[in-house]
Amino acid sequence: MESLLNRYRNITVLLLVIMAQLVLLAVSAKNDQDVRMIRVWTVTAVTPLARIIEGVRGGGSGFLHNYVLLHDTSAENKKLQAEVDKLRLENTFLKNELNTAERAKALQVFQAHSPSKMLGATIFGIGAGSNAKVVLADRGTVNGVQRGMAVVTPDGIVGKVVAAYPMASQVQLITDPEFAAGVMTKGGARGTLKGQGTPQCRIDYVPFEDKVDVGEWVYTSGDDRIFPRGFAVGQVRSVRAAQPFKEVMVEPSGLQRGLEDVLIIVEGVHQDIPDTPPGLQPVYLAPPPPGAAPNSVQPVQPGNPGGTEADRLESAYKALGQAQGHDFGDNRPGEKPPDYTKLGQPAAPPAPKADGAVPPATGAPPKNPPPDAVRRSNQAGGGPGGQVP
Amino acid sequence: MTYSGDRLLLSSQREGQESRFRGWVLVVVPLLALLFQVYVPLFFQFLGFLEMPLLVVLYFAIMRRTQISGLMIGALVGLAQDSLSKNPLGMFGIDKTLVGYFAASVGMKIDVENGMVRLLLCFLFYAFHQFFYWVMARALLSQQVALDLPRTAALGLLNAIVGVALFAFLDKLRERA
Repeated sequence: MESLLNRYRNITVLLLVIMAQLVLLAVSAKNDQDVRMIRVWTVTAVTPLARIIEGVRGGGSGFLHNYVLLHDTSAENKKLQAEVDKLRLENTFLKNELNTAERAKALQVFQAHSPSKMLGATIFGIGAGSNAKVVLADRGTVNGVQRGMAVVTPDGIVGKVVAAYPMASQVQLITDPEFAAGVMTKGGARGTLKGQGTPQCRIDYVPFEDKVDVGEWVYTSGDDRIFPRGFAVGQVRSVRAAQPFKEVMVEPSGLQRGLEDVLIIVEGVHQDIPDTPPGLQPVYLAPPPPGAAPNSVQPVQPGNPGGTEADRLESAYKALGQAQGHDFGDNRPGEKPPDYTKLGQPAAPPAPKADGAVPPATGAPPKNPPPDAVRRSNQAGGGPGGQVP
Repeated sequence: MTYSGDRLLLSSQREGQESRFRGWVLVVVPLLALLFQVYVPLFFQFLGFLEMPLLVVLYFAIMRRTQISGLMIGALVGLAQDSLSKNPLGMFGIDKTLVGYFAASVGMKIDVENGMVRLLLCFLFYAFHQFFYWVMARALLSQQVALDLPRTAALGLLNAIVGVALFAFLDKLRERA
């Protein structure tokens, strides 16, 4: 070290002297802003280094921070995704609940306004078998369900009970290849509805000369003694002329909105073929809230003489039926329908109810079904919007 | 010690031996140079171009032929000149330190007794002195100082002429071996 200093003694001294004078210059000199040059030089010398260090530190810190943040973001993203999934499930659940409530209301309305006695049931399972269109309903023999009973929804027929167990029943859907039911159109064309194992059903034995149009509604005819007359079956989708019978394809309407809640017809009552298809039937209007304007539309109550002509007619029919001891909507098997030919005459004493007679679903359809029942079935057959005001 | 007027480079270590001056010469001559620098231009403004401290530093540096001695003389004279001027301390000090160092280095290699060599050295070191001062003023003090090269060259030539005469006078003050 000593030899090194001796070797470069001159240059070393030169540098020391210059450095000393630089320090002196820096201490004594001031810039135009009266700041000593030593400060200016120090700041100028330190600033780039500090900026580099700060850049490295900030970059590294930012990288680590962002990395950590990214890590947190990933975890947060997963958490939010799980929350979204949970909310979606809740939303789906609530929608299902709402749909269930709407269906229940529709079933209730349909059940209340149908002359047939029905039993609400929920489909809780699907029968085994790849081709079999069979479902399981949660009503059985303890609830009065018997084999051969019809199963419907407000939209149309669904199937029939093929097996009744104590706590459940097996329902054969109308799309099952072994299903068959008597059907007819508004124009009077009759045939046998058969399942195809596909979403559409076929109507056999429609005479060649009978007129069936595409889009026409098909209803149960009651000939099969399973389905009471007048229940909607579906719309005609195609008609092909053939000898000796036409080939008519029908799209069932009872299965279009899913199959969760159904009605099992415990005591069927034949009805007339509705004048309007289920989708075009009147829409139920709820009564206005209390305190509404007096000039607002008020629902017409049955028996209210101030209603429409139809309401007055309905009230008259209902009064006549009640005078004859008929309980609408609670017809027991073999019960005699009201005699509406006495409309406008003095009320006769109530007739005794007949017990043990042939169930109305298995008997011939009434020649003159009560307009009240027809109207209510017309308006209620289309689902939730089918309630009579 | 004999000097050849035909040779510029020193041929032996003996020829390059440093000149010796009395102590008072090393003190008084720089002081007189500084006094000349600050006093004479008050009365003879046209003599303000003379850089007497630089010439004195140059002379002692090349004649003593030791770098440390040259840089120390340059540093002291420069700091003294800074003290007498409005410049921050160190500007002339650093400048003349380098001049003294390099002049001594040159004096160790070439024959500085030659008149033309002295003239050339005075011119070159004056130019170096002015240029380096300009650099430091811009770099260290952030002063926007202009460098007029023709004027610098002209003043360098005048200082060189004066320097040759001054060196001849100062040669009289050397101690004889």
